[in-house]
This record gives sequence, structure tokens and C-alpha cells, in this order.
Amino acid sequence: MKELVVISGKGGTGKTSLVASFAALAREAVLADCDVDAADLHLVLEPRTIERHAFSGGYRARIKPGHCTACGKCEELCRFEAIRFDGPGNGIVERTFRVDPMACEGCGVCAWFCTERAIEFAPVVNGEWFLSETRCGPMVHARLGVAEENSGKLVSTVRANARRVASERGLGLVIVDGSPGIGCPVIASITGAQLVLMVSEPTVSGLHDLERVAALARHFGIPALVCVNKWDLNPEVSARIESWAEAHGLRPAGRVRYDAAVTAAQVEGRAVVEQQQDGCGEDIRSVWQNVVACLRNGTE
Amino acid sequence: MRIAVASGKGGTGKTTVATNLALLAAQEGRSVAYVDCDVEEPNGHLFLKPAITSSRPVGRPYPQVNPARCTHCGLCGRICRYSAIVCVGDKVLVHPELCHGCGGCMLVCRRGAITEVQRDTGTLQMGAAGAVQFVGGTFHVGEAMSRPLIRQVKQAAPDAEMVFVDAPPGTSCPVIESVQGADFVLLVTEPTPFGLHDLKLAVAMLRVLGLPFGVAVNRAGAGDDRTRDWCRAQGIEILGEIPDDRRVAEAYSRGIMALEAVPAFRQHLAALLARLDQAGAPVPQVAAR
Repeated sequence: MKELVVISGKGGTGKTSLVASFAALAREAVLADCDVDAADLHLVLEPRTIERHAFSGGYRARIKPGHCTACGKCEELCRFEAIRFDGPGNGIVERTFRVDPMACEGCGVCAWFCTERAIEFAPVVNGEWFLSETRCGPMVHARLGVAEENSGKLVSTVRANARRVASERGLGLVIVDGSPGIGCPVIASITGAQLVLMVSEPTVSGLHDLERVAALARHFGIPALVCVNKWDLNPEVSARIESWAEAHGLRPAGRVRYDAAVTAAQVEGRAVVEQQQDGCGEDIRSVWQNVVACLRNGTE
Repeated sequence: MRIAVASGKGGTGKTTVATNLALLAAQEGRSVAYVDCDVEEPNGHLFLKPAITSSRPVGRPYPQVNPARCTHCGLCGRICRYSAIVCVGDKVLVHPELCHGCGGCMLVCRRGAITEVQRDTGTLQMGAAGAVQFVGGTFHVGEAMSRPLIRQVKQAAPDAEMVFVDAPPGTSCPVIESVQGADFVLLVTEPTPFGLHDLKLAVAMLRVLGLPFGVAVNRAGAGDDRTRDWCRAQGIEILGEIPDDRRVAEAYSRGIMALEAVPAFRQHLAALLARLDQAGAPVPQVAAR
């Protein structure tokens, strides 16, 4: 079984639109939406959820106001400025300490050192993940709770379950829709994958961000392809991206033209290749064939 | 006034709006700072082209164990929630990249075998682009946790009449860190199903944080009317609509400030800045249901 991860560094270059089309073209693949804090693939693939699971990625502290003696030890030890002195009073003190859940990083130092045992330290539910059926095959996706942490662990959960579903059903490929950036959710999306497809756009920021995400793929030793989306917006920068990619050992996966049909398909809730045979639909098919060839033969 | 420019979805035009608003406000004679908190993929400098006057490494702490003092009691491994310090038999393994720097291991060690050392995880740059003061951070490739660097970038922001904070995309910890402390959050969206869906997530996040906010619709006319309808139904103010314009996209592709290249864009942005001035006045926003 192989995992293809679609990432971009820069946001809004067209990752999800490409993945939706790949899903329609692939057949025999499991889809994994790993952009867990802004997941959009379900808007096109209209999943019918068959399993729903709570996700807990960490712990959080809570001060029991009835037990707090306001000694201030927790505030002194907390490195995350998460302890506030604005909790309700009790029979002992007029004000107690309180944990700001937004600032708490779940280290547990306050609970460990509280001599009054006034601090609860328990796992928190940070989100949910789902197994669904779509017209293009099974899909594992997730939703990080509002203003929650631990997106990297949720990404790992989504990927692990997508691989499990693939092996249970005898499917040979997992297609992962990644998130923008180069931080923890992206690292969790690519580690151990067989191939990364980086979707760029012909802008100065597209190239700048590609350089950083390519360095990340290299750091983790994952073979990578580069595709330039909306290439005709600036043919000169597109050529620059491709020559940069080649000079850095990245294989080109092709170009996709700028086409209003991409937004139109999204508004209709369809993948581009389901709506359009020619134009950018044709470009995306050709990129997909290049990706399939690399998955089969490697990037050498 | 500190205005954070954020969006759920990536690529909606946060950096375009934030850099051009900063330049426009400076051209109006105000004291202005632009603060790039998208430390994973910082782009503001590509457009503002600031002269960097100082650059310094930003470190994070991690534990170092002195084997001569360690008695293999295992307490450090027990307090660590992040597997950054793990005790296996008579060995203590440290994984610096997993360390959140809580200091727990050092506090529990009765033998004083653990000390904290620093390692670089990014750099902080300061400078100026004409009249716009510039602060930005660049996260090292391969690092996972950007929140501490974002905190440092925010703290380095100069006092100015208007501070524009450019946030990363998404709705999780780096975004929360970037917007906290802002007087007002401007959410930049695009009128597409993806744009609207991620706008809803960003709005839910800001309501939990209790921050006042308004919306700017970029590339207006490119998708459908559902974004406008939803904002209206929620009682969310649309502070500006910037029409879809290929000339703006082409200027962006070259790293040119759209303000200088497309006169119509300047007009729309001036209207947005005027609305932000009103919105930023200290009137508590009624949370819409």
C-alpha cells in the first residue's frame, strides 16, 4: 500500500481541488483529509458518515475552586502564563486561581506540584474523526474542536485509520490532502509517506513557500513531485519554479491552467474532472497520470 | 489599534490585504507597523521589501541530563506529557523537538541532574519598509511548534498608531497565538464554498476567544452569494468587498504592491481602512447567534 500526500506550503494553491479530482480518477483509493483545522474535501465528496469517534490528543488542567488555598505555587511554576488569579472565592480565600484553557499546554506541572491536590489533570476531547463512504471511495476525515490543540496527533490518527481501511479492503493507495505551512500538522502528514505532490502557483510567494516545503520533504527523505497550478497567470514565474524544482531534484508533474471552471465546479460540489473533459480537466488528468507513473516506478 | 488579519482558508488574500492596508495607512501619515506572524511561510517581506536592520535567533529550551548525577529514578520521564524525555533502563533519552519547555523534568529531579539549554528554532527580523515598521519571524524547516516564535514576534511589535498582524491560515494554535491581544480581527475570505466553510470555523474560533471581528470579501464576484447571505444572517459586518481582478493577481504574482499597480484596488482598500477605523473604536460587539 502506498501513501500520496498533497501539500503546498502556501495556502490556497488548489490542493483540495486537485485531491477531489484525483479521488474521482483514482478508483481503488482511500481518501484522508488531513487539513484537520480547515477541512474542505467533504464539501466536494459529500461523505456519508458510517463511523464517528471522539479524539483526545492531550490533557488539560482545571483548578477546583473549593480546594484552592490561593498559595500561588501553580502560577509561579506555569511557563505558559495559563494561570489567572480571577477564580471564585471559597470558605478559605476571597479569590482562587483559575486555568485559562486557551493558554494551557497540558504539561501537568501545576497539578503535580499542588500541595492541596486542588488541580484536576485529565484527558480532553480535542475533536472528532470520521469514516465515511463517498462516490469516489472510502474517506477518513476529522474535525478539530473549536480553538483546540493537537492537530498533529489528529492528523496521525486520520492517516493511521485510512491505512487500516485500505488494508482491510485491499485498496493499494491512500490519497492524503494536507494542510498549508510546514509545522506540526504538515510534518505529521508526510512522515513515512511514499510520495509527496507539492502544488505551487506562479507567484513570488508560491515559489518562496515551495522552497520551504521542499526543504521539509527533503529533511524527512520523501520523494517529491511539483505541479504548477494556474500556470498561465504568470508563465515566466512558472518556468522559474520548474527550473528551480529540476535543479533541486524534484520531478515535474505538469501544469494546470488558470480556469474559472475550478471555482464553478466547487460551487456545484463536484470535482473538476467530473465537470470538464477539456481545459484544466485535461491538465489535471495528465498530472494524475504522472503521479501514478511515479507511484508505480519511483521518482528515479 | 492592533488589527489581526486572519482567515480559515489559505490563499484568500490575507497578506495582500495586510501589507496594502499597512502601506495605505502609512501614506495617510499614520505611524504603522506590519507584523508577520505566519512564521511557517512568511510572505509579507516579498511585497513590502523591508530593509532589515536587526535579525536575531529565537531559541527554545530543552533539557540536558548530566549522567554523573542521574540515579535513573524515572521521575522526569513520568512528569513529561510530550515524550520529550524518556527513561529506558539506565538511559535517559531526550527528544528536543518534542519539548514544550514546561520545565517539569527539571523541577522533579531531586539530584539536580537536569539543566536547560537553548536551541535555535527560528529567527526574528526587524526593519522598515519606507514609513512602515516591519517585524517578522522565520521558523526553521523541520521544527514542529511555531507558537513560541509567534509569541516573540508579537512581543517585538513596536508601538504604533496602527499595527497590522498577518496571521497564518487555519484555526488552530498558531492562529490563536497570532490573534490573541488584537483589538480587532479582520477575516479575509473569498466567496466560494471552501472560503465560506473555513470562514465559519474562524468565526467560531473568534467567538470562543471573545474577540471582535469583521469580514472582508476578497475576489468578490468569483463564486456565489452564499458568503454574503450567511454573514447577513449571522449579523456579521462585511467591512469591504474587493472585486475579483486579474490585474491584482498579476501584480501579486510579481511581488508588486497592488495598491501601486491597480487604482481601483486602492479605492476599495481606502474604503476598507475607513470602515476599520470605525469598527476599531471601542464599542463592544454584540455576539450574534
